[in-house]
This record gives sequence, structure tokens and C-alpha cells, in this order.
Amino acid sequence: MTVESIDHLQAGAPGRFGNFGGRFVPETLMTALDELEEAYREACSDGEFQGELKALLSEYSGRPTPLSLAERLTKQVGGSRIYLKREDLNHTGAHKINNTLGQGLLAKRMGKRKLIAETGAGQHGVASATVAALLGMECKVFMGEEDVRRQKLNVFRMELLGADVIPVTSGSRTLKDATNEAIRHWVSHVEDTFYLIGSVVGPHPYPEMVRNFQRVIGDETRAQLLEREGRLPDDVVACVGGGSNAIGMFTAFLGDSGVRLHGVEAAGEGLDTEKHAATLTKGSPGVIHGSLTYLLQDPHGQVLPAHSISAGLDYPGVGPEHSHLKETGRVRYTTAEDREALEAIRLLSRTEGILPALESAHAVAEGVKIAAKGKPESIVVICLSGRGDKDVESIRQGLEGEGHAVG
Amino acid sequence: MRLDEAFRAAGRRPLIPFITAGDPDLGTTLELIRILDEEKMTAIELGVPYSDPLADGPVIQAASGRALVHGVTLSTVLELACEARRNGVKTPLVLFSYYNPILQYGPQALITTAAEAGVNGMIIPDLPWEEGREIAESARVHGVDLIPLVAPTSRERIRRIVSDAQGFVYCVSSLGTTGVRSRFDLGVDDFLDTVREWSPVPTAVGFGISKAEHVRRFLKHADAAVVGSALVREVERAGEAFFDPARREEALEGIRRFVRELAEPRSTVASRT
Ligand SMILES: Cc1ncc(COP(=O)(O)O)c(C=O)c1O
Repeated sequence: MTVESIDHLQAGAPGRFGNFGGRFVPETLMTALDELEEAYREACSDGEFQGELKALLSEYSGRPTPLSLAERLTKQVGGSRIYLKREDLNHTGAHKINNTLGQGLLAKRMGKRKLIAETGAGQHGVASATVAALLGMECKVFMGEEDVRRQKLNVFRMELLGADVIPVTSGSRTLKDATNEAIRHWVSHVEDTFYLIGSVVGPHPYPEMVRNFQRVIGDETRAQLLEREGRLPDDVVACVGGGSNAIGMFTAFLGDSGVRLHGVEAAGEGLDTEKHAATLTKGSPGVIHGSLTYLLQDPHGQVLPAHSISAGLDYPGVGPEHSHLKETGRVRYTTAEDREALEAIRLLSRTEGILPALESAHAVAEGVKIAAKGKPESIVVICLSGRGDKDVESIRQGLEGEGHAVG
Repeated sequence: MRLDEAFRAAGRRPLIPFITAGDPDLGTTLELIRILDEEKMTAIELGVPYSDPLADGPVIQAASGRALVHGVTLSTVLELACEARRNGVKTPLVLFSYYNPILQYGPQALITTAAEAGVNGMIIPDLPWEEGREIAESARVHGVDLIPLVAPTSRERIRRIVSDAQGFVYCVSSLGTTGVRSRFDLGVDDFLDTVREWSPVPTAVGFGISKAEHVRRFLKHADAAVVGSALVREVERAGEAFFDPARREEALEGIRRFVRELAEPRSTVASRT
């Protein structure tokens, strides 16, 4: 479908980012989404809610996360200075907790004690299970069978935290199918269950709400860099699965026209193969999981399976705000292949002693490319969305497959 | 025959069967349509297979998967409707499709092609009222009814949704996805009565209905009952028999018996007052 042909679709209506977004869900969920939106708006203007969230982010998750100058990496790359925003140092090891704390408190405020969540890499599942334990709630996590296999460690972590992990066997058995199954469960239990979506995807108000819970990443980065360097960065890079760490990072800089923003999707085994997850680069507008956005699909509108070595980027859709930012040109979207991500992991591990998540490694790969071409006085900020402990097994297999000596 | 006429006509069964187009194959679907037409259904719902049917339970998900293997698309289903009409099928046909295949086909193009193919209505389970205004308008101009869905959770939304309904209103019997149920929520009768009171067009109730006993119970509160997963499961059970010349006829007759046993034809012209 061409972009022109969706112009009539209520651009500018509530819950839209330009042409994208909206609410494409079964009628059974519409009242619940209205209630969620109302509760969210009230919480936004409630100082007590905001205070409670802020306290949890600092005292429980350890925010603010550091902005680290990567000196040895910078030297090795030999270009612009590279800063890393250390979301990997959050409690549970990724940015996902910023959002789950926010939505968990909202669920509590709405009197719902049953949480459900979908997960790919397991990071959002772990973050949801963690918040459920913290707030004394029940938690069910839907996870594709393929991801259950790839992310054994996180499955065990979720179970330790008291969550019920439900393997999903439909479709491609990855994040897309886990999301379908979570939505199906929600339709059946909508009256007492809160659906804690893990990225800036899904029907309105989720993309907006999750962005606002994640924007702390960029807000902190901006303030930290101004304090330290007295200036804004030249380039900001983040990986894009559903797009929550990227939107969380970019939002603070959208109005700074001098700051170039780069979103990095997974090119898997290559853009010219069928095995990639480059939704914005190779996809076209359509509806997935309740939202009008770019997606990977065939000419008849059937959703195509995505592929990435990183379970968290292995998703054929993307948040609707990213579709809009692509169209306006404010953000440049590019890709990194599996092997580039693996290479970036080795590089960052050996120069900085930081093992990034496979997802975040895609941003590192692109950030390093940008820095290599940049001037020494320029600044590149890379969003290090998570740590790589969960991925060691995939990384080992991946590097062995590449013929690298791992020892 | 228009949808609202079929709801009133004497001699039609107050049933709307759902089948997935292309399950087990297109030829069999055409035969099933013929049988359902002969059995005088109020309407026939033709499901367009989709990769991500998030409003459907396991039975229809599996049927969708089987049809997709044969490469069935929205275009194929429109051609199928055309062919059914050429074969003399008179029962109203209602297309059931998720929104994305429609969006890729082009909503305008779909509406004109559907009208030409003799399709009377469309159900789009993931296109709620707010998002469907424009499509409803242009469908109406071409004589195709966009059938609205209401759910037990719709509450204050019901009045707005049914106010300008065309064809009929589809009432979702209970929370959840499509699929056979053994029990229904206690509040469902009140919900159905409310919708019927406010709706300017007939109402049908669906989701979970599998037995004559369910149909009888629901017809006190709605004008027709939709039978989906239970019928799709019958088709699935017959399975290989459809491809065995020696058993094909018996398999088709089995489907005929199944729908016959669900409800008798209306004996008089139904009035809506
Ligand atoms: C560490 C990490 N980064 C990134 C992502 C991708 O999600 P998003 O694009 O929403 O940030 C995930 C998802 O699981 C993740 O675990």
C-alpha cells in the first residue's frame, strides 16, 4: 500500500501520529482502552502518582543511569567521541523496567491485580514479573516457543519471580505470536486483567503511554550531556524492535534540529534475504496488533515472519510513532546485520568491559560507523538498552558460526 | 435477497453459519455454500483466512492456517462469492475479514468488487466503530452493509454503535475469542435485549454457539444465531473424506444434517416491533 492511499485514514485524530497509530482491536477491548486512557491521564496530572514512580525509578531501579564516555572505544574507532547511555545498569538489566514500573503502578491505581505481558527476549517478561512481585500482583507472561528455547535463562528468572510463563505455539512462535496470544487472553479476561505492553506498539493509548514512561532515558541523557559537555550531541543512536528505548531516547531531542537521530533495525542475515526484521526499511503501512504502522507483509496483507539473532528485535511491526518519524524524515532509520551485532559485542566487551544485549549491539554497530566518519570534536550517544548476560549462549553460538575463536 | 429481508423471510432458518473460505479447499467451500443455501440459512459468513487472527480461538485459527497453505487471499474469496452467485446461490453472503488484508486490497476497491460479486455485508472484527466510519459510508452507497459488532463490555457504546447500523448487528455473546463454550454469562440475556431494543435492524448473536439447545435459548433474545467454530470443527472432522470420491457425498450430507439439527426454519414472517 502506498503512503498516499492511507491519507484518508483520519490523520490527526486522537491517538494518531500523523497517519499512524489508532485503535484497531475487537470491540470487546474498546471500553477497557477508554478506561486505561482515562486512568492514565489522571495519573499524569496526579503529583502523588508521579512522585511514587519517581521514587521507584531511583530507589528500586537505580536511576539516573550513568552516561559513560567510552574512552577506549573512542580511541579504537578513531573518530567522534562516543558516550553510552547505560540502561543496562537498570534493575533487571534493561530499559524495560522504566515502563513496567509505570504501568504496574497504573494497574494498582486501577484496582487490577492480574498482569499479563508478552515478551520476546524475555527482558520485558522479567521486568513485568519483577514489578508484579514488587506490587504483590499475579503475572502471566506469553512467550513464543522459539524464544522460550532461545532465552532459557530469562524463562527461569521469570519463574523464580513467581510469574507463569506460557509458551505460545501458534504462527512463527516468536514475539508477534506471543502478542496475539496476550491479546486473546486479554479479550477473555479484560475485566480484571491489566495488559502490560512492553513497547511503543499496540492500540492507543499504549504507544503514547509507553513513550512517556521511557522518555526518562532521553531527558536524563540531555541533562547529563549538557552538564558534562555544555552542549548537545551531534548524533544519537538506538536500536528499534518495537521502538521503546529508541523513542524514549529520541523524544528529548526531537525539537533540537542540530541533533541527528538514528534508529537501527535488525537486518538479520541480510536485507536481500527473507531473514530480517527491518520493518521500516523493507515494510509497508498496514495494521498489526491494534495499530496502523509499518509492517513486514506480503502483497495480500498477510504478516510475514521476522528474523533476527536478537529475540527482542525479532518483530514484524514497529511503533506507529516511528512510522511517522520516518515519514517526516526527522529520524533516519537504518539496519545492522546479525554478524555486525556480534562484531559490536566483541568490540564493546574488549574495549570497555561492557557486554551489551544483542539488541543494543545493533545500535553499537551503527554508532561506531557514525563515529568513525565523524570529527573528533563531535559527540555520538549510543543507547545501551540492556546488558548481554541473557544472550551469552546465543552469542557463543553466533560467534562460533562466524568462525571466531571465542576463548 | 438483502440481509434485512432474509432475517424476516418465512422458511429461512434463524442461523448464520461461518465457514473459512478455502478450508479444506475452495471446491469444498463452494459445495458447502450450496448446501447452506439449500438449507435456507439467514446468511452465510465467509471467513477470509489471515495470518494473525487475534479475535479467533484455536479452531478457526487452524482453519485459517489450512486455507492459507492453499494460497487463499481476499481476491480468491471474492471470486468464490461470484462463482456461488453464478451457481444460483440466493442466500445473503457476508465477508468476514481482518482489516489488514482489506487495507492492502484497498477499501474502496474492495467495496465495489464485493458489490459486483454479490456480497451483501462485511464483518471486520478488528475495525471498531470509530475507525470504520468512512468505510461504512462508502459501503452503504454500494449496497454493502458494514455489520457492527457489540460486546458485553460495550456498555455506553452500544447506543452509538447501533444507531446507524445496516443489515444486522452482531452481538458477541461473551468475553473472549471465537470458540465453542459450554456456559454463557448470566448477564448475556439483558445485554442482548438491550441491543435488540436499541437497534433499528435485526440482531444476531455469536461466539461459542454449538448446539440446538444454545440456539433455542438465544433466539428468545436475538433474531439469529451465528455458528462458527462448531461448524468449522465439523468440517475439520470430516477432513480427508472431502477428498475421497467414495466418501465426499456423505461428508457433505453430514454438514447438512449438522445445520439442520441446529434450528428449524421460521414458520412465519418475523416482525420487528
Ligand atoms: C535490551 C533490549 N533492547 C531493546 C529491545 C527492543 O525493544 P524496544 O525497541 O521496544 O526498545 C529489547 C526487547 O526485548 C531489549 O531487551
